[in-house]
Amino acid sequence: MSENGKGTVAAKPRVATTSLAGCFGCHMSILDIDERILDLVEIIDFDKSPINDFKVFQEQCVVGLIEGGCCNEENVHVLRDFRKKCDILVSVGDCATMGGIPALRNTIPLEECLREAYVDGPTVHNPSGEIPVDEDIPLLLNKVFPAHEVVKIDYYLPGCPPSADALWAALSALLSDEPVELPYSLIKYD
Amino acid sequence: MNDEIIFFIDGVQVTGRPGQTIIEAADEAGVYIPRLCHYPGIEAWGSCRVCTVAANGRPCSACTQPITTGLVVENDTETLREYRKSIIEMLFVEGNHFCMFCEKSGDCELQALAYRMGITAPRYPYLWPEREVDASHPDVIIDRNRCILCARCVRVSRDVDGKAVFQFVERGPEKKLTVNAEARLKDTDLDVTDEALDVCPVGALLKKRVGYAVPVGERMYDQEPIGSDIESNTDAAPAAATEVEA
Amino acid sequence: MSEDLTARVSAICGEYGSDAGRMMDIAWRLQRTFGEVSSEAMDVIASETGATRADVESCVSFYSFFSTHKHGRVVIRLSNDVPDRMAGYHRVLGAFEDELGVKCGETTEDGAFTLESTACVGLSDQAPAALINDVPFTELSTDDAREIVRELRKHMDPRRLVHKLGDGNNAHPLIHSMVHNNLRGTGLTLFTSYNRGEAIQKALSMSPVEVIRAVKTARLRGRGGAGFPTGMKWEFTRGARGEPKFIICNADEGEPGTFKDRVLLTERSDRVFAGLTIAGYAIGASEGIVYLRAEYAYLRSFLEAQLEKRRADGLLGESILGHEAFDFDIRIQMGAGAYVCGEETALISSCEGTRGDPKNRPPFPAQEGYLGLPTSVNNVETLCCVAKILEMGPATFCEYGTHQSSGTKLLSISGDVCQPGIYEVPFGTTLREVLEMSEAEDPVAVQVGGPSGQLVGPEDFDREICFDDLATGGSMIVFGPDRDLLKVVEAFMDFFVEESCGYCTPCRIGNVLLRDAVTRVRQRQMEPADIDEMERLAGTVARTSRCGLGQTSPNPILSTLKNFRHLYDELVEEAPDGQRRSFDLDAEVTAAAAIAGRPDGE
Repeated sequence: MSENGKGTVAAKPRVATTSLAGCFGCHMSILDIDERILDLVEIIDFDKSPINDFKVFQEQCVVGLIEGGCCNEENVHVLRDFRKKCDILVSVGDCATMGGIPALRNTIPLEECLREAYVDGPTVHNPSGEIPVDEDIPLLLNKVFPAHEVVKIDYYLPGCPPSADALWAALSALLSDEPVELPYSLIKYD
Repeated sequence: MNDEIIFFIDGVQVTGRPGQTIIEAADEAGVYIPRLCHYPGIEAWGSCRVCTVAANGRPCSACTQPITTGLVVENDTETLREYRKSIIEMLFVEGNHFCMFCEKSGDCELQALAYRMGITAPRYPYLWPEREVDASHPDVIIDRNRCILCARCVRVSRDVDGKAVFQFVERGPEKKLTVNAEARLKDTDLDVTDEALDVCPVGALLKKRVGYAVPVGERMYDQEPIGSDIESNTDAAPAAATEVEA
Repeated sequence: MSEDLTARVSAICGEYGSDAGRMMDIAWRLQRTFGEVSSEAMDVIASETGATRADVESCVSFYSFFSTHKHGRVVIRLSNDVPDRMAGYHRVLGAFEDELGVKCGETTEDGAFTLESTACVGLSDQAPAALINDVPFTELSTDDAREIVRELRKHMDPRRLVHKLGDGNNAHPLIHSMVHNNLRGTGLTLFTSYNRGEAIQKALSMSPVEVIRAVKTARLRGRGGAGFPTGMKWEFTRGARGEPKFIICNADEGEPGTFKDRVLLTERSDRVFAGLTIAGYAIGASEGIVYLRAEYAYLRSFLEAQLEKRRADGLLGESILGHEAFDFDIRIQMGAGAYVCGEETALISSCEGTRGDPKNRPPFPAQEGYLGLPTSVNNVETLCCVAKILEMGPATFCEYGTHQSSGTKLLSISGDVCQPGIYEVPFGTTLREVLEMSEAEDPVAVQVGGPSGQLVGPEDFDREICFDDLATGGSMIVFGPDRDLLKVVEAFMDFFVEESCGYCTPCRIGNVLLRDAVTRVRQRQMEPADIDEMERLAGTVARTSRCGLGQTSPNPILSTLKNFRHLYDELVEEAPDGQRRSFDLDAEVTAAAAIAGRPDGE
């Protein structure tokens, strides 16, 4: 895998991916493109991504795929960084496009959520009765936000997860400089 | 010919009958006008505004506007498509629509309209209202998170089932579906066989324990866009349609 | 308790014939008697009237003057309209809150007081104003607020706090109010003296068709704002199949900044009733309804007495003025706090005892109105004009105004003017002349026609007030150079959110989104593209909403984008690095920071 793309003549376009407040299901769906992933790595290099486990950006990327919305401050920092480092940013999956399952908490005050999770819940054993606090735990946001309410998003691939075909169609279009236009069968919210 | 009214939809001549609304005549002529609150055979309501067309240049709801001879209707124009898309997006941000675990997904008309219009994400900020779920009834659940206030259940329960189980209370953004009891659906005379339960376009009124009888992927709108049935109606003349019924 | 309640509620229903169509009256009686329309009471109403419980709840929960939880014995409703805000609403509200120890919307623990804010109460010329129970209080200061609460604690009777009475009939024992008429430029037609019964006498000497012709000859157009030709409306109603027919006077003067009907009903109720009677004669109705907004309940006893007097004088009742073929009477239907009921089909819904949802059109009220029968709904001022046309003749009436807009218009002027009040001007008068008359102080903008009208700037001051140029139901709110016009827009959008009936999607949701968008503009959270999107949304709401409320609700935004675009442009900016300005990370971690004991968010 070429990591010194910068400056080389035949540099492959770079693609970065991340999972924010998501479940990695959308990344599973990326892997679901099956043998087409071999075609993909012929034409692109993965930059920062859980797929290759690169933790930091190597270079400016052509495409960034965002799984998950923003539920905490760290998500926001990562997303903003992606926006800077990626020319085209794509919201992948329902969590990125509308908040998804994490956003179920959006109609409940944050403290009530945390108390239910760590103190009051029927299956919770927490003798201290305290909500865990540590400076290394990122602060939660008042609500879970879809990615496009935090940064500008260029394309959306809804679905839980979006099908491998939808992801393939979108990536193929983007890498050949075409606009993403999904056919009816590939726009699904479930 | 007193029993024929000739009018135009997007420049195409359409023949309807006296007493028909634009949407009724269009349906029979195989012209699909997107809609949500409209349901054939019950009182026209005109609340969702998805079926907004321009009749002789004036915007109106096709489900309430009667046809008249020579009426010029615009339906499938860029402006009207944009209005409708905007309205569908408003409905998505107004409620809490979690399609990924909704039993109605694939059979939901709101979702199907969004699919048909190619909406991948609403442009408006989500409002995340607090809405009540009523699971008190042994066979039926109301999930107001998904209710779009179309009044189909209100009308059918009142006029078809003869029960008036459903009604609206409050106003403006606070407007919500209520039931004909102090608080709970179980205290009404709703029965699981009531037709009101079959007309909800979204997943707000659901029968319990039957949600996944048809697997996701094989549902009504999974393959064919909503409205395809009407659009395949191209050669169905009004008279022919009546004959088939009889 | 419960048996007692059942008996008392049943008795109240019985007074209205246990007619579900009189739901407004029944609910009002309960509200006044018990301070609420409770869940228990709704069950009783349902079983007495045959309505479903859900129908009762649907109606009661719609109107802001009804409550399903117990109100205090004294309800203080502070008017939150823009002229009130300009005159110190927030300070006065703060004083009330402070003195009562409750927040706006709450009831004191002892159950004595409820404090609420409400949309324009029709006293913009003497703002800030409040209604305490039904009693209007004007030009309130913070000291007044404190004094009022202290006094009320002693006797709980707001009428006893009316020390200085207003002018004219405001001082009549049956009104007994501190309200002033503020009649300024008047005298052309509507406020002239008149002989009681003259207009009706003349009308009855003609055939109904001739009366309609006279109104058409006078080219009278509806004064509520829409400007539909009155004669044509009557002709449609008269010609429609269905008996009996109804005539309704729209006295639900809710457009913020308007108060002309208040003054007409106070000083010229006879002319209003005469117009209504003539209208009844013209269309063939024997029953007239005055739909009176709840905010003007303080005028009700007086108006009822006036009606009684007219009955005694043969101007109402059977065989009016000896005309054997014409029986006609009038009843007053109280509204209960809903701006949308000024829309004629919503008003009809309300008269029928249901929530004030507008109806689908067609059929129009002239074909199928009140109770499904042919109905004409006319504005208070329009009916005054009718009486005047009969008195002076159509030709003389037409000498005022322009060809397309004949006669005069009553303007309600408030805001930054030295002489707020009622001005009667012939149509065709320019805005500049009006501003001069009212001694506007360095005006930079005028809200013409209330929030549903438009905000215009100096380049429009030479435009004429008439149906074809600057159309208005009469509301004129003037703004001086120090006013924050986007704050005004935000307040107006708030008003529409509050007053939307919620029936149709674009008005119900679109207005919330538009209001939030204006708030974000004011907070510098928007980018240039967001303004374009806001304008598009405003257009969608205007074009796709079901009734006039929704169709005009985006006007505050659309007219300021047109006339004061720079106000928006100054506040929007492209966000750096593809971020969204509307997302504020610091603000979004406040709750978590507090829970973690890191109030600074660090």
